[in-house]
Amino acid sequence: MVNFDALIAALWIIPAVAILLMLAIRRPHWAEYINFGNSIVVFGLTLTMLVAVPDKTLVTGAQLILLTPLGAWVLFCVGLVYLLASIYAIGYMRLLPEEKPRLHKYYALQASFALTMLIAPLMNNPGIFWIAIDFTTIVSAFLVGFEREAECIEAAWKYLIIVSAGLALALLGIILFYWGGTFTLGPTYALTWANLREVAPHVPETLLFLAFLLTLVGFGTKVGLAPMHTWLPDAHSEGPAPVSAMLSGSLLNIALLGIYRFLSIVDSGGYSVMGHTALLVLGVISLFIAGMFIVRQDGAKRMLAYSSLEHMGVLAIGFGFGGPLAFAGAMYHMINHSLTKSMMFFGAGNMMRAYGTKSMSQMRRVLRYYPVSGALWLLGAVAITGAPPFGLFLSEITILRGGILSANPWAVWVMATLLILIFIAFMNHFRRMIWGPEPEPGAVPTLRLSVWNTLPMWLAFVPILVLGLWWPEGLWHFFQQAFRVQP
Amino acid sequence: MLIFHLGPLAASLFSLLAILALVLSFVMLASHWLKNHVYAFAAESWTIAAISASIGYYGHYPELYLIAVLTAIFRGTMLPYLVLRLVNRLDIQREFTPLLKPSSSMVLGAALVIFSYEVARQLGVALHLTDNIAVLALTCMFSLKLIGFLMMILRSEAISHILGLLVIENGIFLGSQILVPGMPDLLELVIIFDLLIIVFAFGMLVRLLKVHAGTTSSRGLQKLVG
Repeated sequence: MVNFDALIAALWIIPAVAILLMLAIRRPHWAEYINFGNSIVVFGLTLTMLVAVPDKTLVTGAQLILLTPLGAWVLFCVGLVYLLASIYAIGYMRLLPEEKPRLHKYYALQASFALTMLIAPLMNNPGIFWIAIDFTTIVSAFLVGFEREAECIEAAWKYLIIVSAGLALALLGIILFYWGGTFTLGPTYALTWANLREVAPHVPETLLFLAFLLTLVGFGTKVGLAPMHTWLPDAHSEGPAPVSAMLSGSLLNIALLGIYRFLSIVDSGGYSVMGHTALLVLGVISLFIAGMFIVRQDGAKRMLAYSSLEHMGVLAIGFGFGGPLAFAGAMYHMINHSLTKSMMFFGAGNMMRAYGTKSMSQMRRVLRYYPVSGALWLLGAVAITGAPPFGLFLSEITILRGGILSANPWAVWVMATLLILIFIAFMNHFRRMIWGPEPEPGAVPTLRLSVWNTLPMWLAFVPILVLGLWWPEGLWHFFQQAFRVQP
Repeated sequence: MLIFHLGPLAASLFSLLAILALVLSFVMLASHWLKNHVYAFAAESWTIAAISASIGYYGHYPELYLIAVLTAIFRGTMLPYLVLRLVNRLDIQREFTPLLKPSSSMVLGAALVIFSYEVARQLGVALHLTDNIAVLALTCMFSLKLIGFLMMILRSEAISHILGLLVIENGIFLGSQILVPGMPDLLELVIIFDLLIIVFAFGMLVRLLKVHAGTTSSRGLQKLVG
């Protein structure tokens, strides 16, 4: 039996110590390795937690901490992406010599960002979960604005304002949920997910649904579901590449976990179809908007940001379909998306540094100048659009299969059509980058990429290939367990 | 529960204070001078502190006195002071680029209050609370929320956005004090947290905006589109 209290304490204390060390020592190379070491430890801890997680909800730490299979899964995604991003950050930040004096601050911020994301999924109190999510916003806004160019600051500002306004709606929703409970449990009771689920059957439909819609819109802003997604392409494209990977690969999952927990309250209230359909509709809108913007995109990282929007749409649809099959597909999709999107952002970061531009029309003949990094990037693009033989293909197919038997089979056809559209648009952009015109004589890239720049791409690529060819039996059982347990 | 057994004096006191807060948000909506805006916000925060204290008194929630003091200190005094300092330092005295005239924005604000009342009334009917103070609390909460959003939409100065956000949070505060006075530990955290977010993040970003983007108006922030 694993001592979860000790495990969780270690998961929070070790990064905190690492952050203090980095700020105290103030040497760039030390900070690099402290952060790297920290990420290895965090990854190990989240993996242990995932392996040992019991198949029921575990409440501990004076009712403050909640560990569920889905929560452990989201935490594992955080640990995984943090590890990959920390390896990549070493290579990427060394390509920015002008940032060297501030490098220890960057790594301290990156570790703080990871720490806030390790706290949020474990919160048993929706109010404190809300605060933890707000903390992730503040820390990551400074990472988005780290490079201090006008665009970066603009992106950070929009991110902070739009997400804070959205989260304020979510807070209102949480208060209405709590108010609904006071009619049965009395004026003062503990605000926990379990209590809210318990009182939900006694709350009138209007109040329950209004509260749910407010939290859906509020945390949906954080997930980047359309039409509240407007901050997402800016923030994801303007931050340093490792930060983009963490924003996209782990932070969005956490906010979605929040939505799913609120959805479970509506489910216990007996209004399951309505709640699921609301989430599903936002997912479909996100997929549509993402598709439209990917078709005419020129910025490499902006395209990837819209692809995040697409995948959050897919996840929302997966959770919106409900049912064990779609749920398993959505959970599988989470990890596949985290890995693939990290790899894509690393590739985009490499090419941006190499060609000195964000514009895909200027990145020409990628495969000739960067056979390894470019080829991995291309394979990643095939994977991210959901083509076989990669993990996302399996998870998207599973979600589609799960959807046919759900209350909203129409969404299956819309989703399939839009995914095909996005596949074509992505491949068209990559076709131009690989077989397009020669670069102009002055714009031939000369940068040499180090092993730190390509190693994390390999580390992400191998698992997505394996997960695409073989869905481990153990994982399947784990997903079924997670479906039966309250999130 | 508090809202079910309130004396007539307490009920009218709460109503008066809640409506005062709502009126103050209209003062903010109508004024384009940032200083007046900040003063109205400070007054609104003090009103909410008064609501906390009187609920603490009538509902026998002693911990609400602490909340009232914290609200008055942080939201009523320190935040306005810090925002005023920001206004002076950036040398922006008024909103130069409002989308609408004050009169039109007030009409819009009034429409939002009516909408909020309708939503609150529906909830009141569902919960059998039609002539209860809860409907007023919900109306004020939703109205402040929507007016805060309206202010953020109609104005483009960074400081106006911060103030809009603060009005939204004041609304949540006001409503939650009346509806769920038994939920204070969270509120305490939120007060301290708010201060953190406002002082730290926004102040810093506004100054960075001024230095690196050359503007603090969101209308100047048009580099990232599509």
